[in-house]
Amino acid sequence: MAAYVLACHGVRVLMLEAGRDYDPVSETPMFQLPREAPLRGAATDDKPFGFYDATVDGGWRVPGEPYTSADGVNFMWWRSRMLGGRTNHWGRISLRMGPYDFKPYSRDGHGFDWPMTYKDMAPWYDKTEAFVGVYGSNEGLENTPDSSPGILQPPPAPRAYELLTQKACKGLDIPTVPAHLAILTERQDADRLSKFLWPNNPLAQRVTRESMQDRAACYWATPCGRGCSIKANFQSPTVCLPPALATGNLTIVTNAMVREVMIDRKGRATGVHYIDKETRTDQEARADVVILAASACESARILLNSKSSLFMDGLANNSGLVGKYLMDTVGAGVSGQIPALENLPRHPEEGASALHMYMPWWLYDQELDFARGYHIEFGGGQRMPGFGAFSGIEPLTEGAYGQKFKEECRRYYGSFMYFDGRGEMIPNEDCYCEIDPDVVDEWGIPVLKFHWKWSDHEIHQARHMHQTFAEIFEAMGGRVLSNVETDGARAILAPGQIIHEVGCTRMGDDPSHSVVNQYCQSWDVPNLFVMDGGPFVSNADKNPTLSIMAIAWRSSEYLVEQLRHRSFR
Amino acid sequence: MNRDEMRLPHPAEKAEHFSEKSGVEINTSKLKRGVTRRRALKVLAAGAAGAAALQSTGCIDESETAPNTGAFGETTGRKPRAAGTSTDPNLITPVVPWDLVLTKEELETLAALCDVIIPGDARSPSASTVDAHGFIDEWVSAPYEGNQNDLVIVRGGLVWLGVESTNRFGRRFVEIGPNEKAEICDDICYEPNAAPEFKVAARFFDKVRDLTSTAFWTTDEGMADLGFVGNRPMPSFEGPPPEVLRLLRLI
Repeated sequence: MAAYVLACHGVRVLMLEAGRDYDPVSETPMFQLPREAPLRGAATDDKPFGFYDATVDGGWRVPGEPYTSADGVNFMWWRSRMLGGRTNHWGRISLRMGPYDFKPYSRDGHGFDWPMTYKDMAPWYDKTEAFVGVYGSNEGLENTPDSSPGILQPPPAPRAYELLTQKACKGLDIPTVPAHLAILTERQDADRLSKFLWPNNPLAQRVTRESMQDRAACYWATPCGRGCSIKANFQSPTVCLPPALATGNLTIVTNAMVREVMIDRKGRATGVHYIDKETRTDQEARADVVILAASACESARILLNSKSSLFMDGLANNSGLVGKYLMDTVGAGVSGQIPALENLPRHPEEGASALHMYMPWWLYDQELDFARGYHIEFGGGQRMPGFGAFSGIEPLTEGAYGQKFKEECRRYYGSFMYFDGRGEMIPNEDCYCEIDPDVVDEWGIPVLKFHWKWSDHEIHQARHMHQTFAEIFEAMGGRVLSNVETDGARAILAPGQIIHEVGCTRMGDDPSHSVVNQYCQSWDVPNLFVMDGGPFVSNADKNPTLSIMAIAWRSSEYLVEQLRHRSFR
Repeated sequence: MNRDEMRLPHPAEKAEHFSEKSGVEINTSKLKRGVTRRRALKVLAAGAAGAAALQSTGCIDESETAPNTGAFGETTGRKPRAAGTSTDPNLITPVVPWDLVLTKEELETLAALCDVIIPGDARSPSASTVDAHGFIDEWVSAPYEGNQNDLVIVRGGLVWLGVESTNRFGRRFVEIGPNEKAEICDDICYEPNAAPEFKVAARFFDKVRDLTSTAFWTTDEGMADLGFVGNRPMPSFEGPPPEVLRLLRLI
């Protein structure tokens, strides 16, 4: 996102990508069937989200690039090594942080406040949503902001199981509303939006308009996690990079693994050292300004590895907070079966692949045994049978085989559902990453070691999720097939597993208590920025990607202003 | 995001990927018709050794394949040398890079069992007709740890099935009739109800039923049987038809 905004402003940008070049147009398996893939597309150690997942050389393990954890810690770190990184396979769920989310400490005394308010951020959310294309609706709900008129794409029609869920949840006072996802439900109004985004900038208008005109609307088939060759969903290589390259101001170097930020005697960043993976040689790239956007943990790793006599504890780390207050999202889920959905007439239910509806947090006014809240993501329907089709339905069929089993499969097809909670974690001092002094990766770069401890807030919240989902199943007349845990520690998924890791280079108003300012600019090294999830101060239940992009846009505009004033010379 | 945001696995699929710890553990106590535990052990051990010999003709180095835990070990002790798909495979024209390990006889028995699990009827063919046993061969031949564990479960189970059939009816499983096959399968089709001596065989049966199910329902014939109507571009998404809304009492 930063590269797009800066290039549109005429700034010459060099982008270093640790992975290989990747072209979603030619590489996305749009209609390939499970039966065409090894193991019917099942998840393996090589492809942990399934064969067709748009992750290259990555997953929980990247070949040749280990990470370590403290004893008893099972932090899971998802990485990919491809142009566009994790934007290629993400869930596309794009929820704005709300007014409460920017001032959580002021509201309940836990964690920390952000230096800016929701009001400061609202215009940048508008810009980001208009640019990437986000479907959804404005419901006027508490701490669930509306977008400005003309920004959102229309939400898709709800599916049968979503309407049935909405009805049941109404009885439980849980609001079920259109979800917000970065998927085009109609073609973007390229003329209007490009002028809205870039008034008085003909170059930016042209590249943005042409890029938008090159994107198609969703044609309601194939899973988004494979990527999208028609550019209907948001992924960086189809949405951010084409217009940025079209300005002529962006150069991309792939297979460039950055290991260290270089500085001069005055403590200003002068560029980076990177390993050219193809020749396995160290290279230098010089620049007036360095922006790290390698993901929260990877950017922290680069800073901590950038040691010098001026910065003994790593670069931009005078506060001692680089790597600290690492957060993920609280995740827990329950799955089951809904008899009302059995034997339904067949009809297309793939839709936009993921959520058409969701439940924003609804208990803001209740005293609970945990702070903050969670939203609910849920799924089901008559999907394309893949690996695991009708596996493990023994409890329903009591071991049926033969003709009976065949008929039971037909009966149960499309009647399975799951509910997943995605909740806010309070940042704490026990969750951080640091450099492991004993281990380097195959590029000779010291690796990260993770430390983690949930607080009771997260544990209790996970228990609450399980209870709620069991109640929803009951209200729908359904049967829970997974475990409903009364101990939240057994319900909560592993740290890192939701792949929402943020923090490590948090922003703030005070240089002694933050790594960067509200524009993602290092307090210690003014021409160094961090524009990924690292500057997050808290991790609201809102999936972080949209906020990362909106903050990066705002910070890039600030950076352009600084460049105009020649602040870095 | 997480896996559930991207696609919709059946609830049991998660278990499939995340808890593949069980090695083979065929419980041979109290086998019917006077088979002693000792004899059954011997039969199963021979099966395991056969498996090792076979793999030496494939892409697994012979020196790595000697089973080090006998027939009842927790794992095979094999270190698969075959390549997996790689972490950056061609997704447009996929290939299965590993060799298949099951023998012709094993595949015959497996095909017969697949057809007991999903027989042909007026709407669609039987599981073996769409090569469900071939998929199971691909599955158990894969180099990943879970698949290697399943190889032992499937192989051990097939040997058990042969022994059981021979002991009960004096003929191999592929040679007995539908009622005789049902007599065996009724004993092993549901672990919670299975007699103690059939618990482990029931787990084998469940494994094959799950794999047969995946294999069958993911074929064109299986998807047509279910009436799956997606995976094709549509100009618009209209939501459920009125008939569905009526059945769900939503209108």
